[in-house]
Amino acid sequence: MIEGARWRKWIFFYVPMALFLLFLLFPFYWMVITSVRPDGELYRPWNSINYNPFWTWKPTWDHVSYLFEETLFASWLWNTTFIALASTAISLVCGVFAGYALSRLNFPFAGSLGTGIFITYLVPQTLLFIPLAEIIRNYRLGDTPWSLILTYPTFLIPFCTWLMMGYFKAVPKELEECARIDGASRWQAMLYIVIPVAIPGILSAGIFAFTLSWNEFIYALVFLSSPEQKTVPVGVTSELIRGDVFYWGPLMAGALLGSIPVAIAYSFFVEHYVAGLTGSVKG
Amino acid sequence: MAISAVSATTLREVPPPRRQRLLEDERWLAFVLLVPTIALLGMFIAYPFIRGILLSVTNSRVGMPGDFVGLANFYKIFNDGIFRTSVYNTFLYTGVTTVFKLALGLWLAMLLNRNFRGKAFTRAFILLPFIIPTVLSTFAWKWMFDPTFSVLNWLLYHFGLITGRINWLGDPDLAMISIIIVNIWRGVPFFAISLLAGLQTISPELNEAAAIDGAKPWQRFWHITWPLLLPVTMVVVLFSVIQTFADFQIVYVMTGGGPANATHLFATYAYQIGIGTGLLSEGAAISLAMFPVLFLVVIIQLLYIRRVEVR
Repeated sequence: MIEGARWRKWIFFYVPMALFLLFLLFPFYWMVITSVRPDGELYRPWNSINYNPFWTWKPTWDHVSYLFEETLFASWLWNTTFIALASTAISLVCGVFAGYALSRLNFPFAGSLGTGIFITYLVPQTLLFIPLAEIIRNYRLGDTPWSLILTYPTFLIPFCTWLMMGYFKAVPKELEECARIDGASRWQAMLYIVIPVAIPGILSAGIFAFTLSWNEFIYALVFLSSPEQKTVPVGVTSELIRGDVFYWGPLMAGALLGSIPVAIAYSFFVEHYVAGLTGSVKG
Repeated sequence: MAISAVSATTLREVPPPRRQRLLEDERWLAFVLLVPTIALLGMFIAYPFIRGILLSVTNSRVGMPGDFVGLANFYKIFNDGIFRTSVYNTFLYTGVTTVFKLALGLWLAMLLNRNFRGKAFTRAFILLPFIIPTVLSTFAWKWMFDPTFSVLNWLLYHFGLITGRINWLGDPDLAMISIIIVNIWRGVPFFAISLLAGLQTISPELNEAAAIDGAKPWQRFWHITWPLLLPVTMVVVLFSVIQTFADFQIVYVMTGGGPANATHLFATYAYQIGIGTGLLSEGAAISLAMFPVLFLVVIIQLLYIRRVEVR
């Protein structure tokens, strides 16, 4: 019986779990190994003899130093960080305010406004990027970080609002009423009583918004043109490929280094991130 | 603590200025709080949407306003072979990946729902494909599918499954399969973690009671877990369908729509026409052609959420 149970656990749990992990994590391993492997080993045909593609005995920093010395990778990192932080901050302020208004205040059209914001949450960036590119050009925002700092909130605010509404609804009304009896204005009650209670929600929304804006691609691709303005995803895509030639070493090193900031931010707030992810779906 | 901070303010002594009295009115406060959101969403979603529709009925190009041409752009794209291929590809891509993402995601969620050592750790790592910038991780896949240096070919060759190389991204069908694999890879964590959250709300006592009554594992899944998980599943699937249908990044990096325009989706073809060749209005029309399907999915989602809330 017990022998059978152990055998079953291997078939139904350990083996599928291991296969899932292999499938989901192998590309990252491949990124790491490629970025430290010398070019001579990298470009060996797949059927050459005595060639083990999974390990290298001669790790090199060449690709990473190429990235920082020969390309504008450092500026791309800085641009992406600045844009992601700024658009996250704007979205959080807007989302917290809107979430508070929609969940705790009575006013005309509250329901339809809520629905409207939910619908914009579902509008994909690829639906609007062409007219938006024109508008950005008309506002003279093209090729500046502001073109992204102002447009990223359009897909961040709706889910921040959605998420915050859930958190605000859970704060008991009595808490706010007590403060108002003590003489606090509505504004003060919101700022000092309700919002502090919802800080876990703000953290979740913030970390989720940060990763989303770090990952955004099509707006950055269309709105930015000069190499020194680009974000990491766009810079890696456009500046590390010359015609048909891919610089795989630097490319993988860039992909790896461009992923590390989000991975670090994520690792500190895994629980908040998961709460944001599931909250953003369930509402 | 927070309450004492408020009562300590000098608010009572000084008569509140007019601005503050206005904010005491619930409607005014709501208005003030919502203005930034409405302004940003109006300026960068509602306005571009209208501009997109107006653009799609003109013949404007980059730097040229253009004249009204009615539905000529739509007529043109519906008679365009590449556009038809993109429509077919988009439906295929969305359909196939959604089925696989749901099946694998549910499986992974059920594995994660057990108790085992290192569970939190595993869950954190499993989400990596979803949080790492898609473009960057897709490059890793492109490198794995490289025609000459593919590690997958190396594996298949050394396991004796192939003798010649497979040109993954050079053949239209294989290229589509490769793209589908990458999308499944990226989407499974999202499905798994969301469905796991749903699974955790199902009381284990239900399953135990059914087990005592003699229900087999498969029956327990089909009659207890699945129906209780359905609301979460619906929302996750609809959400993912929208994102997949409008996907851009994976195809842009993996094939750029090639070989010979065989793997375009709506978004990549719109980009190629609208930005690549500068035919703005035609590109806008291709983008907008996505709208009816997206609209339908959003309506279903709204109706479904309302129904669940009423219940």
